[in-house]
Amino acid sequence: MSLPYSKKLIELFIHPKNVGEIPDADAKATEGSPACGDMVQLFLKVDPETKRIVDIKFKSYGCASNIATASIVTELAKGKTLEEAKKITWKDADAELGGLPPTKIHCAVLAVDALHTAIENYEHQHGLLKEKVPTTKEVVINRLKHVIDPRKGIDVIRAKTVKDVEVQDGVAKIYLDMKEDEEFAKHLKEEIIERISPLWDIKEVEVIFSNE
Amino acid sequence: MNVYLDNASSTRVDERVVEAMLRTFYEDIALPTSEFVHTPGQRVKELIEESRKKIADFVGAEPSEIVFTSGGTEATNLAIKGVAFAMAKNGKHVVTTAVEGRAVLDSVRRLEKSGFKVDIVPVDRYGFVNLEALEKSISKETILLSVQMVNDEVGTIQPLEEVVKIVKSKNPDTVVHTDATYGIGWLPFNMKNLGVDLASFTAHKIHGPKGVGALYIRKGIAIEKQMDGGYAEFNLRGGTPNIPGIVGFAKAIEILDWDDVEKVRKLRDYLYEVIISKISEVILLGPSDFTKRHPANLNLSFKYVEGESIVLYMDMKGVAVISGSACFSRGLEPSYVIMAMGHSHEDAHGSIRFSLSKYNTKEEMNYTVSVLEEVIKQLRELSPLGGN
Repeated sequence: MSLPYSKKLIELFIHPKNVGEIPDADAKATEGSPACGDMVQLFLKVDPETKRIVDIKFKSYGCASNIATASIVTELAKGKTLEEAKKITWKDADAELGGLPPTKIHCAVLAVDALHTAIENYEHQHGLLKEKVPTTKEVVINRLKHVIDPRKGIDVIRAKTVKDVEVQDGVAKIYLDMKEDEEFAKHLKEEIIERISPLWDIKEVEVIFSNE
Repeated sequence: MNVYLDNASSTRVDERVVEAMLRTFYEDIALPTSEFVHTPGQRVKELIEESRKKIADFVGAEPSEIVFTSGGTEATNLAIKGVAFAMAKNGKHVVTTAVEGRAVLDSVRRLEKSGFKVDIVPVDRYGFVNLEALEKSISKETILLSVQMVNDEVGTIQPLEEVVKIVKSKNPDTVVHTDATYGIGWLPFNMKNLGVDLASFTAHKIHGPKGVGALYIRKGIAIEKQMDGGYAEFNLRGGTPNIPGIVGFAKAIEILDWDDVEKVRKLRDYLYEVIISKISEVILLGPSDFTKRHPANLNLSFKYVEGESIVLYMDMKGVAVISGSACFSRGLEPSYVIMAMGHSHEDAHGSIRFSLSKYNTKEEMNYTVSVLEEVIKQLRELSPLGGN
């Protein structure tokens, strides 16, 4: 068979490692969206003393490359300290899988992004930030660039779903060009909260729909 | 077990077709360039004309209205560009639908670049062309309309007779083309009743060889030759005709058995019933009224999972199907047909097309469902979206 996939990739697609959720995870991150056809969710358990990743699990919606790269990223990260795990790049995942087809590189990028975001979320929530830079509107917008509008298949900033962002006294207000009773509204709200609330100085995230 | 369920892409050739073609490789090897040359040339000429008559009779046309081409794509290129360029003096407006095949859509895009105005009419949730929008789009300037007979992805059979009536009452001079490449041999029709002016056919979706097709051109329709190089095919298509292909195409038509079509329809219905009885949260894409659906087509979207994963897994188990998922396409875009029907990206990403033929069996359907059950269960367990 001359599929453009390595044996290792196929093996991990059929028998992925570290599948599942960690109910009492110390950090969590979701990258991608069902609208894009690619989504990875990562859960971390971190030893507070050694800052080592003691457990990591994933769930994936996507193609074979997506599943296999998420699996390999969890294997690469498991047992590493957060500082070591931060250095893992998509190229490591790609090399470990024996080379992805060019159109599938984004799968490795997505899985590694999920790992980095989960680590970042952990750092925000556990006082590990080297510099405690106050969250600005720009920081929030940059994070929202990873949230996909399921109606349009592109991120909420590009899709102009987000009309405005305000950050004041630990409260982030996100104004959407979307009605609350619209399909996907609840889902999008949850995703935005999940994306913004880990920021260290954010106490509350308010998602405001256009009919309010 | 190996199960081929991608027959809407192409089918296995029937042995009788191959047998009929053999003489054109060993005995009838001449070209029909002129009927006044030699006996071998005359014999080949006769062979082509017999083939033309068989196909013409089958679709209810005159033999002189059938032009052989290298396939459905060339037939459609000739139809759309040929009519547009021949009739440009009457107007430069062309209309088609959002769910046409690539041959139609790319041809009209090409016309657009040459200064024609193109309107794409939307379809409804089931893939049927919006007749009101269609009527509105037709004007005095509209020289050509192209509406497919049946969609190869979601199986929607368009109400062609109604389409023709609507269009011709608004502008009797609008030429109507249909891409019937997945219709011929599968759906009963007769060019006389259908009322369309041009129809593209192909041989390889009905157990004929690849690389041969035909264009039906109603007598009196103005059309400009697209392939230059000699006077073959009523001076409408230059080049050496694909004689083995033409003979094979005619044989495939000759041996066509409507009972086989009914057998395929029953098998398709069976496959659908077993799948929905064993797997939850399955969305049917295309017409839910199966009388308006291609007899060999089934297109289902499995919630919470992505199509390329399904296809790859099934392929490892010997079952060949395709998906409308973005990952399956070159452009990393989900199926434009499913999107045009107003479905979500997710529905398109999770879609799987099963297309059957007379060579499929009930055992194969049972095996397919067992593999499908396995893969959907496994992928849903992995999915962060739910489903288990």
